[in-house]
Amino acid sequence: MKIAIASGKGGTGKTTLSTNLSAYLAEKHKVVLVDLDVEEPNSGLFLKADLHYSEDKYKMIPEWNSTACTLCGNCQMVCNYHAVLRIMDDIMVFPELCHSCYACSELCPTNSLPMVAKKMGELKHFKTSNFDFIESRLVIGEEQAVPLIKQTQTYVDSKFSDDVIKIFDSPPGTSCPVIEATKDADFIILITEPTPFGFNDLKLAIETMKELKKEFAIVINRHGIGNDDVNNYCIENNIPIIAKIPNDKEIAKLYSKGELLYDKIPEVRIQLGSICSYILDIKEKI
Amino acid sequence: MKEIVVISGKGGTGKTSIATSFAVLGANDIVIADCDVDAADMHILLQPKNSISEDFISGELALIDQDACTQCGKCFDVCRFDAIDVNNGIHIVDELSCEGCGYCARVCPVEAITNIPQNIGQWHIAETRFNQPFVHAKLGIGADNSGKLVAHVKNKAKEVAKELNKSFIIVDGSPGVGCPVVSSLSGAHFVVLVTEPTVSGLHDLKRVYELVKKFHIKAGCIINKADLNKQKAEEILEFMKEEEIVHLANIPYDETFTEAMTDCKAIVEIEDSEVKHLIIDAWNKVKEINK
Repeated sequence: MKIAIASGKGGTGKTTLSTNLSAYLAEKHKVVLVDLDVEEPNSGLFLKADLHYSEDKYKMIPEWNSTACTLCGNCQMVCNYHAVLRIMDDIMVFPELCHSCYACSELCPTNSLPMVAKKMGELKHFKTSNFDFIESRLVIGEEQAVPLIKQTQTYVDSKFSDDVIKIFDSPPGTSCPVIEATKDADFIILITEPTPFGFNDLKLAIETMKELKKEFAIVINRHGIGNDDVNNYCIENNIPIIAKIPNDKEIAKLYSKGELLYDKIPEVRIQLGSICSYILDIKEKI
Repeated sequence: MKEIVVISGKGGTGKTSIATSFAVLGANDIVIADCDVDAADMHILLQPKNSISEDFISGELALIDQDACTQCGKCFDVCRFDAIDVNNGIHIVDELSCEGCGYCARVCPVEAITNIPQNIGQWHIAETRFNQPFVHAKLGIGADNSGKLVAHVKNKAKEVAKELNKSFIIVDGSPGVGCPVVSSLSGAHFVVLVTEPTVSGLHDLKRVYELVKKFHIKAGCIINKADLNKQKAEEILEFMKEEEIVHLANIPYDETFTEAMTDCKAIVEIEDSEVKHLIIDAWNKVKEINK
């Protein structure tokens, strides 16, 4: 079973929920936590874990070989991303714009643009005392998160069977990286805070999940601040709110030090229990 | 004209609250650009009026004409994005996976595939409730090309700033280090990093600053909720010193932040708050550096 934790707005508690829920679930179940926020992976900062395996991840980009090139310009013409340009007697490749579609390479009449591997990130597989943790991190300057997210999910699929509960800590926003991180999930938890920003971005996230035809539920974090708009909206639209994590400076302090909450703050444990039973009900149904 | 970009790496550190406050303080000498196009929030506080909106067309998706298609499978063979689904021998495009490279259309022997330009969102030019020019946008759900929409919003803001002879453009950026952030940094004059003294705040600050350095842009930093963890705040100050990042302000953990947002106001509109004066000082430093 795959559960993605997403949010729309950044900083609403995705990582807090992902790490604490994983630790809580792992007391009784087989769990793997996967940090798919490859631009800013944070889950690992909250876990005591030993490195089990790591590998570099690559994307394929064309590299110009001038020997046989006739400078016909076909490569430039077929590239929809303006990643290959002919400038005077040179063919220039802009790797950060390349989507690795292979068109320029395979359609080159003289095979002058062979595809070569370029490192885009690192995948690391850790083991905590009772669950597995996988994170991928994008090389700084690399613009596209999607290929790395995709390869990370492939790794997870190859290493863990269906009965393992997989928690995906997803990137913020509603654009392509979020789609990639959530589109294979069986269930999505959207975590928000009850403020105007949280509410606005939650509505965008809900729209996204409806577009993907995903089943989802809401967790309200920092409950007690802001106003009732999120709560009322969910009730009016029959969207389940499965937990409310209180606004508590003690939680913020523990978070700041990189500590987990599930074994320290009783109210958090109660809320995790409620999320857990909701998830297990869905797991039964699948 | 100077372009000031507010980013953070980590989400939820107070970027938009700070950027909106700078916008209010900038009064009639600025143009505002909300470049967090996939979760834009500035409009909530700035309540734009007289808005003119336009669709933003960028990128393409493949479409297979089933009447012309011979189901030969060439498109399936060349697609690197697993975007051609085959159902009972019928080839169709999975729109969520298609990245619009156009390779399939080029190899289709019967020209059954067309590339359809995509409407990926809307951008708006408006006036804030303080009568300042305000450019913002909304990316379509799950859309690609957020970097291009960011570039478009920034270019429009630049045009307006030049035309009206304004001194500053305030840009509210996205979290992360990916394409929208890269796009918001391109051409910027100064970066305001908003962080918090948490393990993740510092971790993400370091990553996003590595990106800023690639652009050779001078940066300043605001530590929000600075008293939450004094040791982490010290570590951030040390990092700033090493990297010669200008310290703009330490803002204490203060519920005024959320209260102002709940009232749809910028923090600097809340009278007699300590936070207000700290942000005014920070803005004055930014102005001084970018004279």
